[in-house]
Amino acid sequence: MRIVVLTKPVPDPASGGERLGADGTLDRANSPAVVNGNDEYVLERALKLIEAAGEGEVILLSMAPASAPETMRKALAMGATRGVLVTDPAIAGSCTVATTRILAAALKTIEFDLAFAGVDTSDGGAGVVAPGIAALAGLPFLSYAATIDPDPAARTVRVQRITATGYDVLEAPMPALISGTQALGEPRYPSLKGIMAARNKEITTVTLADLGIDPATVGLAGATTRVVGSEPPPPRGATRVVREAPDEAADQIVALLAERRLI
Amino acid sequence: MAGIWVHGELTADGSLAKLSTEVATLARALASEGGDGAVTGVVVGADPTAAATELAGYVTSVIAVTEPATADHAAGTIVAERLAALIDEHDPDVILLGAGPEGRDLAGALSALTGRGVLANAVAVRGGDDGPVATHSVFGGTLVTESALTAGRGIVTVRPNTVTAEPAAQPGSVEAATVDSPLAQPQVPIVDHIAAESAAASIDDARIIVAGGRGVGGPEGFALVNDLAEALGGAVGATRAAVDSGWIPYSQQIGQTGKIVKPQLYLALGISGAIQHKVGMQTASTIIAVNRDPDAPIADFADMIVIGDLVEVGAALLARLRARTG
Repeated sequence: MRIVVLTKPVPDPASGGERLGADGTLDRANSPAVVNGNDEYVLERALKLIEAAGEGEVILLSMAPASAPETMRKALAMGATRGVLVTDPAIAGSCTVATTRILAAALKTIEFDLAFAGVDTSDGGAGVVAPGIAALAGLPFLSYAATIDPDPAARTVRVQRITATGYDVLEAPMPALISGTQALGEPRYPSLKGIMAARNKEITTVTLADLGIDPATVGLAGATTRVVGSEPPPPRGATRVVREAPDEAADQIVALLAERRLI
Repeated sequence: MAGIWVHGELTADGSLAKLSTEVATLARALASEGGDGAVTGVVVGADPTAAATELAGYVTSVIAVTEPATADHAAGTIVAERLAALIDEHDPDVILLGAGPEGRDLAGALSALTGRGVLANAVAVRGGDDGPVATHSVFGGTLVTESALTAGRGIVTVRPNTVTAEPAAQPGSVEAATVDSPLAQPQVPIVDHIAAESAAASIDDARIIVAGGRGVGGPEGFALVNDLAEALGGAVGATRAAVDSGWIPYSQQIGQTGKIVKPQLYLALGISGAIQHKVGMQTASTIIAVNRDPDAPIADFADMIVIGDLVEVGAALLARLRARTG
């Protein structure tokens, strides 16, 4: 079985150093990149499935600046087999429509049984690229997965989709695209052996020309949306610190709730 | 602004999602800014009538599309196809929808099918010179950005609790529509439903959330969190540490890989306020924390922090809340 995992390098959410450049795109020099959190959960599931099957490969697919192999190596160190990196100077500043088109075109160049993506990313968090890729590629789309269980013999996959009241159990033929959540399970840490092995794993670079996409239709120039302003969030008011005994403290909480008409 | 549409999302029982009433209210405000205030709603479902009638209370007119396939198939792609066909026919400028799981799946497919851009997770939307301008909180709340649609045309997804839902002065009309062209996209059948173990109130659009973290200490501790939520008429939330420990289901997790919420009140018990949790709740209107550690990061962004034992403070608070409601 071959599983493609879409992974996005995102600015490390713990760094807090994100800011935008003059053109409204991320100033990546100030933002150390990590693998997007939700992508690590689907990657873990893909690795487990391939390990259990005893055969197959996990192929990473990213669209990112040329510096991305560094982040991709971290995912390869977890155990992925190889990587495909779509990179092209013209891609910088692409909106979700262009990103979706590019990744759908790249996915079509890979032979796979299942494709996984995180439900959203920690940077913009739109959560629209995976369903868009499925629509463009004509793939069955199974989203918000808490479990992913393929049946290779029947060429089908079952997913428990998280809903407001529990789970919908979805079933689709392969190939299919699945977006997954943290409920899939804790991702592993790369072992030292994995880190060493990742150095020699293959990362194939793909350009827009390889995908037959006109550079003028993507990037900042072809964007369907534009950033018109950015600033730090307004500061919150001062914090009132209450050190009184529990009864007095509870009275103060009740007073604040009443003052703000919350009770 | 002309040609504003809003998608009315169906809940499991066929009623209109609360989020859609908020989005419709926002759409009306947007349409009134330099326009005639007209808003068209669209509901697609196996039995769209009830939700369409509800949505008509908020907008000028509603198109109710009967689509039997959504009864037992994942709805996002199917609704997107039907909506895309209507958009092709009527050519509205802007389509607003909720930024919950259903709205995101729909927005992604709709964007791909129509080529229209998406302003995602808006926490406010205003009318600009050239179409809507949306405000977003990005990079985990590190930045607040404003963005616009090229030529003012596209899709906007709106977060819960962005506005308070208010019905229109005059209810709108409902027009039934049947689209019987075959669906081109693969349909994914729902083969079973599994009810959640606990019927916990949804945190997505809760006005009040009482949340517990590692400091709660165990599932027994969450009984107090539950009691406080019930006394306040709110929902129960949790940090990833509490979810990972198995004290509460993932559906209640708030933060980077959980949900992002914007309640009026966030009462945080035994939550340190690490960045991964902060990104999910920092836009709450009022944040009150109870924590033993005066140096916990949450002290930097809470409105009030009570330094003390959460069981003692929580019990005292619970007694007072129960006494008030008698």
